[in-house]
Amino acid sequence: MTFVLAVAGDKYVYAAYGVFLAIVLLYLAIMASKLARIEREVQELGDK
Amino acid sequence: MTFAAARAILRKDLAIELRTRQSVPAMALFSVTVFVLFHFGLDRNEIDGSLASGVLWVTLLLATVLAVSRLFAAEREDGALDGVLLAPIDRTAVYLAKASALFLYLVLLELIALPAFAILLLGPDLTQALPELLAIVALADIGLAGVGALVAGLAAETRLREVLVPLLLLPLLVPVLIASAKATKPLLMLNPAATDLGKWLGFMALYDMVFVLLAVAVFDFLLED
Amino acid sequence: MYGKGLRALSIATAVVLTGATALIFFYAPLEADQGIIQKIFYVHVPLAIVALFGFVGGGILAIKQLRTRSREWDMRSYVAIHLSLVFAVGALITGSIWAKASWGHWWVWDEPVLVSFLIVFLLYCCYQPLRFSIEDPEKQARYASVFAIAAGAFVPINFMAVRLATAHIHPRVLSKTGGSLPGEMRLTFLVSLLGVGLLFLTLWKVELTAKNASMKLKKLRQRLEAGEAPATPLPEPAPEPVGTP
Repeated sequence: MTFVLAVAGDKYVYAAYGVFLAIVLLYLAIMASKLARIEREVQELGDK
Repeated sequence: MTFAAARAILRKDLAIELRTRQSVPAMALFSVTVFVLFHFGLDRNEIDGSLASGVLWVTLLLATVLAVSRLFAAEREDGALDGVLLAPIDRTAVYLAKASALFLYLVLLELIALPAFAILLLGPDLTQALPELLAIVALADIGLAGVGALVAGLAAETRLREVLVPLLLLPLLVPVLIASAKATKPLLMLNPAATDLGKWLGFMALYDMVFVLLAVAVFDFLLED
Repeated sequence: MYGKGLRALSIATAVVLTGATALIFFYAPLEADQGIIQKIFYVHVPLAIVALFGFVGGGILAIKQLRTRSREWDMRSYVAIHLSLVFAVGALITGSIWAKASWGHWWVWDEPVLVSFLIVFLLYCCYQPLRFSIEDPEKQARYASVFAIAAGAFVPINFMAVRLATAHIHPRVLSKTGGSLPGEMRLTFLVSLLGVGLLFLTLWKVELTAKNASMKLKKLRQRLEAGEAPATPLPEPAPEPVGTP
């Protein structure tokens, strides 16, 4: 296994993969908030 | 049957346009205004080559937006679309009529805008390039009219109509702009260069065919209820 | 029920994506001209390809919607397009980073993938405004489908136009995806493509599950508020627009 990450320009590679990760996580956060709302509504419905 | 209905609607649209003159004069006036804007914006008295073909086609595309946003105006204002839809005619007839009307408006616009452009801004002589330019304009107009009528139908019933027409139409017309501007550029150069006219005309023919067929297939669904 | 099979799908996605990352950084050889920068290729191109197929797929699902008139298909088409838009943003940003790393500019006009994605992105940005400026849910679904079909056909045509207009393409990996890619790079690329594709499918299913659940919930609530009379068949509650503006 060679030291592939030590070549110049690697910060752009990190940035690109960081963008990918950030987009997926952001999407997860939005879906999580929707899930939380569904849970709250189920809770309200159960309390009636 | 379909074509008879389409002809009837087209005749009605042209009669209205002839009487009220709300589309073509506005488009022509708008184009000349944009040429004046480009003169000052670019600070050039004469332009040629890619600059000239870009200015010409961007102006024509923007003028198309004006006509597209007015295309269903008559029907909308009087609620006459319901009347058309109650009639036992094919919905495709409405599309064909609107696209043909838009095509005729564009041809009329170009009869004014092209000479105006040649006089006001263009450096080289337009008449040499005329036969090729007419072929480009004809194919581009079919594309503009075909897509324009579809977008007009899509946006006509929405609340955000005025905003949606340019925002939907202009990206959809980018391929037409690419092809026509690329094809026109060598014709408007000071020393006319070799052209790859055939490639761009072929592409525009493909674009026109795909979108006109597609619009004919889906337009029915816009005009239900 | 969209939740079915979701667990297996997400596990597969996680495995393939992890494998792809390992292949990218420890297996694929360094490219001779670009060195490490070329590794952006393995995230940019799969994102672009998947988003492209997502847009076209959204158009095909919209054809299904117009055929069946069912809200299910409308929901599927809507989620596919909206997810593709997210992936397209990813393709645009990673492409821009690649351009900066390779040529020192954040934007290069002679890169057909990047340019056509900008145009497609501008067009699809109008999808949601178009949807939500129509109130009647049935009409909303119809208009959205017509847009999705036209735009789905536009995507490949636009790509073709931009490609034709780019007279000279920079000689690099991207133009060589046709098969002349060295074996290890090719394998890595295909695994990444599969991973991103699976990710798209998983997220699509997750969002559909959430939408379906909240719609079912709304129906239950309406039934409860109507006073729970199970003997008499209840009037179908008014369908409400897919998605929230």
